[in-house]
Amino acid sequence: MKNKIKYLLIASVLTCSAQIAVAEEEEKVVHVLNWSDYIDEQVLTNFTDATGIKVVYDVFDSNEVLEAKLLAGGSGYDVVVPSASFLARQIQAGVFQKLDKSKLSNIGNMWDDVEERVAQFGPLNDYSVNWHWGTTGIGYNEGMINERMENAPTDSLAMIFDPDVISKFADCGVHFLNAPTEIIPAALLYIGEDPKSTDTEVIKKAEGVLAKVRPYIQKFHSSQYIDSLANGDICLVIGWSGDIFMAQYAAWDAENGVEIVYEIPKEGAVIWFDQLAIPKDAPHPDNAHKFINWTMIPEQIAIATNYVWFANGNLASQPLLDEELLNDPAVYPTPEVLAGLYTVPTYDAATQRVLTRTWTKITTGY
Amino acid sequence: MNIKEIQIPTFLKRIFNGRNTVISMPYLWLLFLFLFPFIIVLKISFAQPILAMPPYTDLLKWGESWWPTIQASFDSYLFIFSDSLYIRAYLSSLKIALISTVLTLIIGYAIAYSVARAPTRWRGILLMIVILPFWTSFLIRVYAWIGILKTKGLLNLALISLGIIDKPLIIMNTDLAVYIGIVYSYLPFMILPLYANLEKMDMNLLEAAADLGCRPFKTFWTVTIPLSLPGILAGCFLVFIPVVGEFVIPDLLGGTRTLMIGKVLWGEFFYNRDWPVASAVAIILLALLVVPIMFYQKSQEKAIS
Repeated sequence: MKNKIKYLLIASVLTCSAQIAVAEEEEKVVHVLNWSDYIDEQVLTNFTDATGIKVVYDVFDSNEVLEAKLLAGGSGYDVVVPSASFLARQIQAGVFQKLDKSKLSNIGNMWDDVEERVAQFGPLNDYSVNWHWGTTGIGYNEGMINERMENAPTDSLAMIFDPDVISKFADCGVHFLNAPTEIIPAALLYIGEDPKSTDTEVIKKAEGVLAKVRPYIQKFHSSQYIDSLANGDICLVIGWSGDIFMAQYAAWDAENGVEIVYEIPKEGAVIWFDQLAIPKDAPHPDNAHKFINWTMIPEQIAIATNYVWFANGNLASQPLLDEELLNDPAVYPTPEVLAGLYTVPTYDAATQRVLTRTWTKITTGY
Repeated sequence: MNIKEIQIPTFLKRIFNGRNTVISMPYLWLLFLFLFPFIIVLKISFAQPILAMPPYTDLLKWGESWWPTIQASFDSYLFIFSDSLYIRAYLSSLKIALISTVLTLIIGYAIAYSVARAPTRWRGILLMIVILPFWTSFLIRVYAWIGILKTKGLLNLALISLGIIDKPLIIMNTDLAVYIGIVYSYLPFMILPLYANLEKMDMNLLEAAADLGCRPFKTFWTVTIPLSLPGILAGCFLVFIPVVGEFVIPDLLGGTRTLMIGKVLWGEFFYNRDWPVASAVAIILLALLVVPIMFYQKSQEKAIS
């Protein structure tokens, strides 16, 4: 009898603990907010098949919009992908939780070169892992450019900042990214200033550079140029590497005779890193860790990379990438080019205001 | 079992009678969906930006005493008036709203007039056609205009293939595209109040004018237009007020030079992360719009009485 009671007790304790375990287990869902056109959906399907966790996938197209959502709090997302310069400031504002590295068994696959560069922004490696990285450079429609100018300096910032050059392409459409933190440093570099300068007097010098070329720029926008470039509606853009490759692919796929080329300016270019991170108030932090761990599997990230045509931060995945991609110096720059790439600084509020005001003056003329 | 009727105190009965409940509904609606959000925005406009979640300081500071100290700052308002950009943006928005309201009125009046004078059995269908675009998302319809207006878009292809022009027209990313987008999007808001008014109009008055020898055109100016004035005013305010703060249409269709307060507000909020200045911009915009809103209210009261 005594034994029976003992067994009952043990049995009930076991059931109870089983129930607690069930209760503690998160709902089988993870909410991911990533940049638009930035994944092969196969990666998500594979994740769901392997773990049973459903992925609710949303997209955004600007760091600023993402930041506003995060700072307001309660965004409801488990994994978000800000760029490193923004992430550094968001960590300071207390938006993110430290990653639990014990849940990230695949972290050894990551590329230490990328991690070292990311560390320049702050303690980012404690809070995030790299998704993809790339450069900000010049994309153009080869046919339309050659038609208008022989031997155009397509490998130089002169292509977009020299009024004598860019004016030749005004009639076929020039777009710039609507991102002051990308364009203003490039303009400073063109006139021989330090692109990373946070000195407001130096930043204001960018206004003069851009005012001269402003009449030839049709639009400042951060995502429309992908379609416009692919359709031949515009011929020249300063934009993000992978987006321009996407336009290149779209044009090739449509067989519309449009040939898009991407080049990293020889003077140097912005290198940026998009990092997977988990907000403090993420409703499913466990699933978020599982998702991030999944993206670090070489086979999985390779699927995404071969689709989006950006470089990734996963060294172990490199043998699995398209050879054409891995050997393309516009995607995986040569060590010499890599040395000339610079990261944009994280501006403080007062400097940011000068930067934005300068930008408004450039874009609207007021 | 005997269930006793629950006794409600008479003073509560007096407050919660049917009439008061019905009357209170619109006030509750305004309280929760207008006044509370407005107070929050007003509160943020007096705060200071900081790097935190949320990115502004608390207006009330709870110290030792039971009463909090208020730390209001007028910096955001002072800042807006220290930089001509904001005033220009307000004026430019008012100008764009005014021009598009006039354009919408001219087109909307013609459509509302034709529908109101169409045979009765057609009116339902014609009105349906006016409302039909609402079944598709506003954003998608604006995107559709990109496909029509762009350099290699439908409009240019059609005009070139018809031999009317040799070189594509540059409409996309200009102010013209913004006007087209606004007039298109807000047309139903103009047509519906105008139609409601024109449809009720006493046709005997027009017949009387004709009998007395007045020409149709003069009848239109001296009889139809004055009688439809309440409809015109309602339509104009319904278009003018939201267009002043419009953001989506100038962002998607307009060029970067198109200066509107909606875009400036966006920049304050997203680029500068300065929620207090963004809120102050919104509060000033509201203050500017209170004047036409009051006129609208007055005209509505008149129409009812």
